[in-house]
Amino acid sequence: MDVRLNAEQRQLRDAAAKLADDLGPASVAELDDANRLARLERAVAQTGWRSLRSDGASGVEVAIVAEEFGRGLVDVPFLGPVLADDLGRHVPLGAEPTTIAFNERAIDARGAARAAAVREHAVLTAPVGALRSGADLTRTGAELAGALQQAGQLGAESASRWQALALAATAADLVGAARGAHALACDYAKIREQYGKPIGGYQAIAHLLAEGLALIEGSVSVLRHAAWAVDEADAADAVRAARIAKIYCARTARTVCETAIQVHGGIGNTWECLAHVYLRRALTSTGLWPVTIREIADGLS
Amino acid sequence: MDFRDSPAEADFRGRLRAWLTERAGTFPAAGDDEYWARQGEWHQALYGAGFFGVSWPREYGGQELPPVYDVIVDEELAAAGAPPRPSLGYLVVGLGRHASKELQQRFLPGMIDGTQRWCQGFSEPGAGSDLASLTTTATRDGDDYVIHGHKIWTSYSDVADWCLLLARTDKDAPRHRGISAFIISMHQPGIEQRPLQMINGVTTEFGQVLFDGATVPASQMVGAPGEGWALAMTVVGHEREPSTLGYSARYGKLVRQMAARFEGAGADVPEELGWAAVETEMLRLHVRRRLSEQLDGLSHGPEGSLDKLLMTWVEQSVGHAALAVGGVDDPDLLSAYLYSRAQSVMGGTSQIQKNIIADRILGLK
Repeated sequence: MDVRLNAEQRQLRDAAAKLADDLGPASVAELDDANRLARLERAVAQTGWRSLRSDGASGVEVAIVAEEFGRGLVDVPFLGPVLADDLGRHVPLGAEPTTIAFNERAIDARGAARAAAVREHAVLTAPVGALRSGADLTRTGAELAGALQQAGQLGAESASRWQALALAATAADLVGAARGAHALACDYAKIREQYGKPIGGYQAIAHLLAEGLALIEGSVSVLRHAAWAVDEADAADAVRAARIAKIYCARTARTVCETAIQVHGGIGNTWECLAHVYLRRALTSTGLWPVTIREIADGLS
Repeated sequence: MDFRDSPAEADFRGRLRAWLTERAGTFPAAGDDEYWARQGEWHQALYGAGFFGVSWPREYGGQELPPVYDVIVDEELAAAGAPPRPSLGYLVVGLGRHASKELQQRFLPGMIDGTQRWCQGFSEPGAGSDLASLTTTATRDGDDYVIHGHKIWTSYSDVADWCLLLARTDKDAPRHRGISAFIISMHQPGIEQRPLQMINGVTTEFGQVLFDGATVPASQMVGAPGEGWALAMTVVGHEREPSTLGYSARYGKLVRQMAARFEGAGADVPEELGWAAVETEMLRLHVRRRLSEQLDGLSHGPEGSLDKLLMTWVEQSVGHAALAVGGVDDPDLLSAYLYSRAQSVMGGTSQIQKNIIADRILGLK
């Protein structure tokens, strides 16, 4: 039993973190910086991380990149393409940029020509239509420009593993968003002064942030297992592990993002503060392949 | 990365499981007075079979296995419905780091093999979170120190042979530096036991101990005069270490038992029980990650406070599930719920853990 990241995985994490820190949006204003977006798109395309799965990488590597991209609010596609790439290992999807469709909408669709969806064991595709802005300010969805048509069929095991990967990757994005929001709030608590000292020095603020860190640490642990299980556990166990990770990380990410808004006070409730950008991203990732506690509870008996 | 047992770990787990299967049905129930009364017997049986103290030094009766083996023990004990592993790691580490070789050789083997029972005399009625305000005194008298004071929350004090005691030896020194640590015999005049009844009715776990003229040889001081605070910080730090969280493996078992009540019963499993299942699984995986990180040689620092906080939330979510499942009319589940309230107090309150996290990890001041 040894659940540490290996040296290559740590390198991948550091590289993804650096890319996100260098080229991700450092402020709300930078979300509209077309130059930055173009450089970020070039950099991400160069890494080849959107085709991690067809290059033989495990769920752990996908989760590492997804987490760092969530933390850095990377606002070019990754989640959609990397999940489509996994499907492309089993069903020919062609060379056009492909993302994923969920609930009859393409997700993470900037630059994508097609979207693929999994229904039961069938893989269906449709052309991507007009981009549609939504809650998430960092990833843009799109209409489907036609009906979803069957493109191929997955085996039962591949379908389960893909579901586990989709859950684990969105859980990783949630952990990243929580870490990013938490770091933002901690930085602010160290510089914002009231009553003559930084607000982080007051237990009322400090305890909120301490709770947030504990929630993040628990999330990292449960995510690590889900990401590993995608390829290493029985398919049914992989889905179970991923559902546990998803629901735990979704709850903690929302709590941590809400805390980040609270710690920023009035400023946290303004558009210019990045805290709501993290929250919006987290809520969006929560809504993709959502897991309810009712399902978990029903699954116990 | 591998969450599975290595072949050696699987072999150890298999032997332990077989040993437990042989003894099925003979265990005292955990968490009640019978368990606390028979804890010494259980400790010695576990040790004798090679399943206790496995990560500790061979020199003192351990096997020097990685701490993950302790977690395997915890998981299998919980799965078999056996009592938990006696919680001693922090005392072993405390003496291992601060006591002289002579004291280690004299006391550690009996502590580890369970033939000598120990308690910890730290907290006082006026010194809880603010431990350094303790007022129990140790006054030099020839070759001995004479102890006067009042200790509280001393687990197993009524059955203990020895107490690791903090007392003030220098009332003029700055308060952290005037404290010394002693190994004092509990079998002598001048020691009065007063049991505490906890809110779930259990009386044998926690006690109060009044010292009124009990003596301890100066040679049984741990470290030098005034070094008691350093030992105390080691001990409380290790009270929160991840391998001790394995104790919580039994909450997974309780969750499964509660869920089994709903099989074919036609009633919905309460959502609280769903969350308790998610939380217990999180903690199981978190312990694995933290123990793996120890393979990098990371020592126990303030991160233990994160683990303690997570463990507390898990236990209390299981407590809330017990209440949702059993209401107030199921005595066992009500007891589990009531007992869970102590988790955010014992071993350092959740508020103290958050202070440590904020100050020493997040750098908020």
